[in-house]
Amino acid sequence: MLDRIIAGAVPAVRAAPLSRRGFLKLSAGAAGGLMLGAALPVGRAAAEGAAEGLATPFVHIRPDNSVVVIVKHLDKGQGTATGLATLVAEELDADAAQVTTEFAPANTALYANTLMGVQGTGGSTAMANSWQQYREAGATARAMLVAAAAETWGVDPAAVTVAGGRVSAGNNSATFGDLAEAAARQTVPGELTLKSPDQWVYIGKSFPRVDVARKTEGSTGMFGMDARIEGMVHAVSLRSPRFGGTLAALDDSAARALPGVIDVIRLPDRATVIAETTWQAIQAREALVAEWDIGTAENRGTEELRAEYAALLDREGTQFHAAEPTGREAAQVIEADYFFPYLAHAPMEPIDVTVRFDGTAATFWTGSQIQTLDQNIGAQVLGIAPEAVTINTLWGGGSFGRRAIYDSHYVAEAAMVAKAWLDAHGEARPIKLVWTREDDIRGGYYRPMHMHRVRAGLDAEGNIAFWQHRVVGQGIMLGTAFEPFAVKDGVDSSSVEGLGESSPYAIPGWTADVHHPRVGVPVLWWRSVGHTHTAYVVETMMDELAQAAGADPVEFRLRYLADPRARGVLEMAADKAGALPEGLTRGIAVHKSFGSYVAEVADVRMREDGKVKVVRVTCAVDCGVPINPSNIRAQIEGGLGYGLSAILREEITLTEGEVDQSNFYDYTPLRITDMPEVEVHILPSTEAPTGIGEPGTPPIGPAVANAVRRATGQAVRELPFSRHGLA
Amino acid sequence: MITLTINGARREVSGAPDTPLLWVLRDELGLTGTKFGCGVASCGACTVHLDGVPARSCQSAVGDLEGVEITTIEGASDAAAKAVRAAWVELEVPQCGYCQSGQILSAAALLAGTPKPTDADIDASMEGNLCRCATYARIRKAVHRAAEIMEG
Repeated sequence: MLDRIIAGAVPAVRAAPLSRRGFLKLSAGAAGGLMLGAALPVGRAAAEGAAEGLATPFVHIRPDNSVVVIVKHLDKGQGTATGLATLVAEELDADAAQVTTEFAPANTALYANTLMGVQGTGGSTAMANSWQQYREAGATARAMLVAAAAETWGVDPAAVTVAGGRVSAGNNSATFGDLAEAAARQTVPGELTLKSPDQWVYIGKSFPRVDVARKTEGSTGMFGMDARIEGMVHAVSLRSPRFGGTLAALDDSAARALPGVIDVIRLPDRATVIAETTWQAIQAREALVAEWDIGTAENRGTEELRAEYAALLDREGTQFHAAEPTGREAAQVIEADYFFPYLAHAPMEPIDVTVRFDGTAATFWTGSQIQTLDQNIGAQVLGIAPEAVTINTLWGGGSFGRRAIYDSHYVAEAAMVAKAWLDAHGEARPIKLVWTREDDIRGGYYRPMHMHRVRAGLDAEGNIAFWQHRVVGQGIMLGTAFEPFAVKDGVDSSSVEGLGESSPYAIPGWTADVHHPRVGVPVLWWRSVGHTHTAYVVETMMDELAQAAGADPVEFRLRYLADPRARGVLEMAADKAGALPEGLTRGIAVHKSFGSYVAEVADVRMREDGKVKVVRVTCAVDCGVPINPSNIRAQIEGGLGYGLSAILREEITLTEGEVDQSNFYDYTPLRITDMPEVEVHILPSTEAPTGIGEPGTPPIGPAVANAVRRATGQAVRELPFSRHGLA
Repeated sequence: MITLTINGARREVSGAPDTPLLWVLRDELGLTGTKFGCGVASCGACTVHLDGVPARSCQSAVGDLEGVEITTIEGASDAAAKAVRAAWVELEVPQCGYCQSGQILSAAALLAGTPKPTDADIDASMEGNLCRCATYARIRKAVHRAAEIMEG
């Protein structure tokens, strides 16, 4: 069923991005202020009927002097709302204190990610695709304020200045709020001149996070989990214990007899309990007795899958990279097989979505990460037009990729429940569907399990003579709506990114091929996607080769790094790490992902119990113009913490198709006791900004592994470290 | 009906006595600052103070809580909680923020009893609070900063 839904959503995925010029042509006058964009009014302002002041798709300036930046992306902790506010405030010359944010409604024409073609957040593209757009939005609004001031005061626009949220000319002075109504009547400027870097007051300096105060107060209504809609009921679903299983029989009599239970909705592959409270729904689910048809389910376990992957390592796959042979003889050869387990994202806010469907229109409240898909797939399930579906994007309690879901499966699930509810009860009620932590850990959509095999040779001078590389793993995008964009000649880029052409290295004699076995375990991008394993393999092998060549690990890497930005971060991280404290061992790794360069130096101590303690990590990052240094540091700290968590103790395993783990006591993320001190150095840059949410993750695994190998002689090629008593 | 004392106010709540406080706070009383993260006391997102002691509300049955002073993030306003909040904002600790109610209540309880905690004290007190954004390095710094703020 979901396959057909996805197929139906594909045309929406292909919707062309609309340029700024495109949406400006849609300009339409509106009562009380000029609106840019035919689909306006948008956001809360419209809901309150307060379409007054200057309202553009990306910024509203209201008579109360507030500046509301409309955020087209999901902010799930990566700081994008603050980043977009920074860009607008910069060009607007606003006072940071007057700036707030609201999430945009689902409207692909206005709010597409210009690098994705749909309204969505992912691939660390939020700032990169918004860099020009949101600065222009700020500059547009500023020009209209200036024109309004010139008209009001009868002065030349050239004589009007704007700074710190005040507009001035001679003895005249006004707030943005004072001018908002007049600004709305001005002509939208044709040409804009953006500030030069030396004029920036916020970019590259600081801009306060727009969300931290509320996040320390337990503020209501921020997260999807906290949505409270009048008349709301609560739902949890019982799903097949094996991926692909269907519901053969259900006895819900005991569940229906429990307090608070309103209904049990049976769907082809699940049963959903509806109750007055979440707790009652969870309790009643325990009382369901279900029989599953596992004939079409994935019934293999990790060990069977691993044996099949290992067999594929012996067979040539689809080649995706072939450097010229060097013709040099190998004096030494290193061969290594690597194993990377399935990983759960496990964001702290489990999956949830609230839906209300009345037969003709629907509203969803959720941390929507790809609004275009959520809207289209929700509409498809409900049998209504996408325009009849409202998506209220709420703050995401983490995602790490989990909410950027190519089949919108939990929105589809909620829609199916809402439709069945309406059919059975004849009147709409808001339904909040919650996944418990067990549902999350066992629910699939994992970082795909991978194996790699590398055979690399050094010549007599200690230089790389060849490097043969084979990858085995499920392609994330094969069979999804994204396949046409991400899969070329049978190679899913999400499995091999970071290798070959997309590696920062030009490795002599590098050949690489891949197998994509078909497995029924749903997989998904997980913070830094393919780089989570490709960087580990390349950077641990590079380190082994350096040592075998008797070379310094930094000097050896520099031989194969032509890109000055990659060299820059590697040299800076090595330099800033300084002298190695006694008793510690050092490992280093460098990687490029999502357009950004990160090098990390890990100083570790091997404890008496044989476990590794990562004491300190020194990072250098080049992500183009550093829009918000505090947030860049936060993302590098968090990104390496997320990667460290995975390599130390995280793994999802299956036995006869059933997931072995269930909650945080057996799927065990990093705790504060394992967190190293982190120092982040940002290279100055005038390049356009690139990703920061993900690039901190790939280098930490190999940096720590390299330190451990240099301390113990043990090369960890099978993750996580806990499999070897190292964590 | 069960009578609870939450953030200084008496609240009558319905439901079975074995209902976890977490769900009474969230679904019945609308105090959604206390978060559901795991339901099994493994993550600390649902931390509240019971008579000033940090506890996991997902494992605290409401039937056992009559006469106990329950403090949630919405009502945490003593000197330690205020200092922790101020430090959290100053150092921009939260990323997604979902776990931070629990982090703040654990940190405030630590500072109320240990005004000058060491890193080891912080690790020991905060180990039960998971943060998938791994804001731990800033949490450590912010607890020290909160200690300074409290000292004045």
